[in-house]
Amino acid sequence: MQKTIHKLFWLWDFDKEEAWLNEMAAKGLVLAEVGYARYVFEDKAPGAYQIRLEMLQKQPSHPESQDYIRFLEETGAEHIGTFYSWVYFRKNTNEGSFDLFSDVESRIKHLNRILVIPSILLAFTLLNSYSWIDRYIENNDAGNLAVALLLSVLSLFMMYAFIRLFVKRLKLKKDSRLYE
Amino acid sequence: MESTALTEAVYYVLLSLYTPLHGYGIMQKIESMSAGRVRLAAGTLYGALGSMVEKGWIKALPGETRSRKKEYVITQQGQTAVKQELARLKELVANGETSLKME
Repeated sequence: MQKTIHKLFWLWDFDKEEAWLNEMAAKGLVLAEVGYARYVFEDKAPGAYQIRLEMLQKQPSHPESQDYIRFLEETGAEHIGTFYSWVYFRKNTNEGSFDLFSDVESRIKHLNRILVIPSILLAFTLLNSYSWIDRYIENNDAGNLAVALLLSVLSLFMMYAFIRLFVKRLKLKKDSRLYE
Repeated sequence: MESTALTEAVYYVLLSLYTPLHGYGIMQKIESMSAGRVRLAAGTLYGALGSMVEKGWIKALPGETRSRKKEYVITQQGQTAVKQELARLKELVANGETSLKME
């Protein structure tokens, strides 16, 4: 039996997404397929699987990503699927505990990768909102103003995403001053 | 002297590669060497292997086919790095023990 659930997680809530997928697995619903805000689960014994997700450095089709996925499969993890740059794995709990990162440094590197997304989008929305404000000043056209406002709101949203992720990174950094 | 402290992961990976091993083999060997205390996660190990190959401390053995699991082995440079680290650790332990005895 398969069960599909539609659910949306913000970019900065990737750890909540993973925790939710593991709660489902604990109940016997194990992730089998991922899509846009769409999760397909299959029935397994409760607690039989552990789920991990991660944002890859390169696109999933890139040879480096393929090499990485193969490496993880060799360690006993099953590759569930990818969604954009995000990759989802599961591992049978019989084969031991399953983690992708075991030190602070690799967790920080992972966050750095994720931080690139709001950074690029922020640069894009910010620059474009300026140019639309310019156009509005030149033409005094309400349409131009609407676009400029929309882009400004998007910029604020990207800033918020960046801050949420950056705070996560700060907390990890603080830990890394005392622990390896 | 430049700072030469190795991370626990790097130190144990170097130690485990005196005989050639593939990724999962490294994880298992480190876990058994440390009596279950050090469990390297696959993603962290993958990143560490990449930087250590770049540094010339370990090298990938030429695989026969693409499907074969990639094996790694320690290099001469890697052995030097381990020996330096071992000397540093001995110093840490010796100083720790003398200080505690004085208490």
